Amino acid sequence: MNPHFSIDKDSNGIAWLTFDKADSGTNVLTEEVLEAFDQSLVTVAQMHPKGLVILSGKRNGFIAGADVKAFARVAGVASAEKHIRRVHEIFHRLEAMAFPTVAAIRGFCLGGGLELALACDYRVCCNDGGTRLGFPEVKLGIFPGYGGTVRATRLLGDLKALELMLGGRTVSARAARRLGLVDLAVPQRQLRPAALRLLDERKSPRRAGRLARVPAFAPLRPLVTRFMTRQVHKHVNTEHYPAPLELLAHWQATAGDATDMYASEASNVARLINATTAQNLIRVFLLQDRLKAEGNKADFAPRHVHVVGGGVMGGDIAAWCALKGMRVTLQDRAPEYLTRAIERAHTLFRRKLKDRYAAQAAVDRLMPDHRGSGVRSADVVIEAIFEDIDAKQALYAEIEPQLKPGAVLATNTSSIPLATLGEKLANPGRLVGLHFFNPVAKMPLLEIVRDTTTDADVVTRAAAFARHIDKLPLKVRSSPGFLVNRVLMPYLLEAVELLDEGVPAAVVDQAAVSFGMPMGPIELADTVGLDICLSVAQKMAEALHNPVPERLREMVEAGELGRKSGKGFYAWRKGKADKPAVKTESPIDANDISDRLVLRLVNESVACLRERVVDDEDLLDAGVIFGTGFAPFRGGPMHYVHSRGDVAVKQRLDELENRFGQHFHADAGWGAMA
Amino acid sequence: MSREAMNHDAGRLRGRPVYVVDGTRTPFLKARGRPGPFHASDLAHAAGRALLTRLAVDAGRVDQVVLGCVSSGPDEANIGRVVALRLGCGERVPAWTVQRNCASGMQAVESAALEIASGRCDLVLAGGTESMSHHPVLFNELMVAWLGAWSQARTLGARGKALMQLRAQHFKPVIALLRGLTDPVVGLSMGQTAEELAERFGVDRATMDAYAVRSHQRLDRANGNGWMDEIEPLYDSDGNVYEHDDGLRPDSSTDALAKLRPVFDRPVGRVTAGNSAQVTDGAAMLLLASQAAVEAHGLPVLGRIVDSQWAGLDPAQMGLGPVHAMAPLMQRHGLDSDDVGVWEINEAFAAQVIACTRAWQSDGYCRDQLGLDGGFAPIDEDRLNVDGGGVSLGHPVGASGARITLHALKVMQREQRGVGIASLCIGGGQGGALLLEGAQEANA
Repeated sequence: MNPHFSIDKDSNGIAWLTFDKADSGTNVLTEEVLEAFDQSLVTVAQMHPKGLVILSGKRNGFIAGADVKAFARVAGVASAEKHIRRVHEIFHRLEAMAFPTVAAIRGFCLGGGLELALACDYRVCCNDGGTRLGFPEVKLGIFPGYGGTVRATRLLGDLKALELMLGGRTVSARAARRLGLVDLAVPQRQLRPAALRLLDERKSPRRAGRLARVPAFAPLRPLVTRFMTRQVHKHVNTEHYPAPLELLAHWQATAGDATDMYASEASNVARLINATTAQNLIRVFLLQDRLKAEGNKADFAPRHVHVVGGGVMGGDIAAWCALKGMRVTLQDRAPEYLTRAIERAHTLFRRKLKDRYAAQAAVDRLMPDHRGSGVRSADVVIEAIFEDIDAKQALYAEIEPQLKPGAVLATNTSSIPLATLGEKLANPGRLVGLHFFNPVAKMPLLEIVRDTTTDADVVTRAAAFARHIDKLPLKVRSSPGFLVNRVLMPYLLEAVELLDEGVPAAVVDQAAVSFGMPMGPIELADTVGLDICLSVAQKMAEALHNPVPERLREMVEAGELGRKSGKGFYAWRKGKADKPAVKTESPIDANDISDRLVLRLVNESVACLRERVVDDEDLLDAGVIFGTGFAPFRGGPMHYVHSRGDVAVKQRLDELENRFGQHFHADAGWGAMA
Repeated sequence: MSREAMNHDAGRLRGRPVYVVDGTRTPFLKARGRPGPFHASDLAHAAGRALLTRLAVDAGRVDQVVLGCVSSGPDEANIGRVVALRLGCGERVPAWTVQRNCASGMQAVESAALEIASGRCDLVLAGGTESMSHHPVLFNELMVAWLGAWSQARTLGARGKALMQLRAQHFKPVIALLRGLTDPVVGLSMGQTAEELAERFGVDRATMDAYAVRSHQRLDRANGNGWMDEIEPLYDSDGNVYEHDDGLRPDSSTDALAKLRPVFDRPVGRVTAGNSAQVTDGAAMLLLASQAAVEAHGLPVLGRIVDSQWAGLDPAQMGLGPVHAMAPLMQRHGLDSDDVGVWEINEAFAAQVIACTRAWQSDGYCRDQLGLDGGFAPIDEDRLNVDGGGVSLGHPVGASGARITLHALKVMQREQRGVGIASLCIGGGQGGALLLEGAQEANA
């Protein structure tokens, strides 16, 4: 028997094949696993069972998909294609079994995992909230390659299948049942009985009706493709993310014939996975794993978090922690300062937790605590009050004597050095920074800020805490702006500079979006709030010699704060920026605008590396991607520099310095690189 | 042996000492004709959560949870267990619910005390909760019968016929709150039993109203002095916070109250909405502990529950319940009125509290009804309900018993009193009382 699969034939003649990948908490389809699966199928076939049930031995899910780590190491198109053809063979073996087969799905069933399930005659899934099915391949710059495009269209019909694969979204058990992706969705206690019932009934496997296959008629396909392409353009920039259009082209060319389609899958997916976009996106996926590994849940088991400061940041941090299962007490100086935070928390829980019992439990875990009673029992105390050294020090003086031994004392400061904040503590080594980003519920990154004074085990515990609340920890040195705000600030300031030079805001933003940023810098500044930008800029100005633009100061004084005040660089209506159509010719060409924005961010990244704000380039790239949304398909700022050529980028900086001034002066760190 | 003689010592709370560690309660929120923002379990949960957090006691350390509630919501069957689980006590901590009408909260405290005294538990969370604004409105029996018939009617004809039988009277709802406040045996509403006492003890309208005004003034003074620190604010999902008992009318005056019309014995009665307890939502929770638990968890001590007493009497005279319950306690412990530093007698009705004080000192009543030689010394008004009561802050029926127990102990702590009594009258003709000891004596 092999280490990943176990087979058990019961007295009724049903074979139960349990997938429980050795040395892993998650079932992933590595090459070795796939071969082991093939062997298991051979063994099962020799047993001549009446039917086969495939299930997972993992608590967290069925199968997470193919092995993304191996994707990053593929050696050329030919070997990738060979691998895909081999998987086709294995899944064909499963599909062609002489007895009925069913996949019993609980938890996630994604990508290659779903493709395996689709090769079974039937699928049954657990109808609880944890069940998610889907094809996330396009998010990695590829499309389903283990027969998914063939079997999904055959099962769901072309439109539904394409929509599912193009969007890369996952669906709940209920939605999967409605789509026809699964035959039954049942409570967990009925998963096995339901699988047996499907085997017993032996209905012919579900297929899409003829009507649903009409779009696959050759003469109609170009029309359908055009329609779907329009849909795709609404959601993604296909210049940056070509996979959806590649999928449509593959479908249009081969949808009539399964054999063609399998062959086209193999060749196209093999080509895509070797292309830059996919490799960069896979890099981002692996960088995410790298950040996850920065914190180990086993190092620290916090249960109670006490947050001081009921403002937007403190309130949202508290709500997020409660959402993620922590018991939370939230303190501010009087009850009336806590009401908004509690109201927002209710909204968050309702939105994120569809189940009313789960939402009630989250509400129950979050206790407004104006007396600060929670400090004594807290495992983590997070200070998120206004940026004032005296106020913070006074607060710590109150908190420190009450702390449990081993409790983490953290500050959410974005601008004050830890050494300063901690200087009056009895034990300065216990203070660590937990720098969350706004909006807390959306931003995955959490900067773990350490100073030379900070104890190493406190940093370890803080990073573990980040994992407990499902954030990606990035350990950074306490220096102005840490990593994310520091690299973002020159980029934002350059955008304002461009405005001053007469470039319309919409043109500046368009240049950034074309580069691949999720949002242009001007719109970002308006969204964050110009008062906040100004305050961060002022705090960083001294240390980093970035002069604060007069214009920003004037706007804040005039009460033009951006989105929240209805007017900033843009006028805002119903939460949307009103971007006027650009009539005047921009005085600066688009290429220069883009480079002026991006290279300032890049130059600051080099400076951060030189100063060892983070430990290495991968961490820097990860931090900037997950902290700012920096174009993921470019693999991060440093990866971008290397792809463009270190020397070329440095030369371009020198050129920009000559033309636009010394704020483009290449950082000393380039010397070590270029 | 006579019944009285048997009672004399047999009722005593025996066993290990029972300490009250601390307690909290929610603000009491007046029911305003529509369901309030909090269900009964929300209220008890909020109070319990604040209490455990304030004491830094992990909910999982509690041995048992006992909750008093007269009428919980349809999603709150065995509300004690619902609250225990919501507090995070864990699935292994048993919890139960007790009901003794207006004394349900006191019953919970007493039941918890018994668990500790007997040695079965060391740490028990006990209290009472009531969301009177959520008491159900029911279909009447005619309608229930009709609905049964309707579900049987399968054909169009049968359904049409059933529809034809519907009458306006089918739609007359049953207001559970009002029915609950009517004695099911003698048929009097609670207000009418107060009218009985007013007539019997000659309590006139002006005296009642003056008592009510004083109740408001006392609560107002307590708020102003920061004496109500057992209250923890409540927060709803719409961004509102509730910090104080909202039934308080600091500007209440005898002139204004005199204008109100009697509610129960119209048109001649004297009991009005102004001199009765308010219909309210609220909860109060206490943590009770054995000596061992106090030491193991390093807990503070607010006081001790020394003894308890329940008594029965004519349901039509239910308001005198405290007299019947307190008298045996006094006898058992050799006390007279002056020995008691703090009295909390729940204000169901101003008339009823006044009647109690009159019966208490009446030789005739005590002789005839209690078999005593004569009446007790008068209760000093300055020691009775010193921070207001049900008339000013409301009477969420299941919660009040726990609230007055907690508040009596808080006043004893504040005024350095050694002995206190908390007592209430109970719909259906009962009285309940707890004898309390202050922290100094308890710690000594």
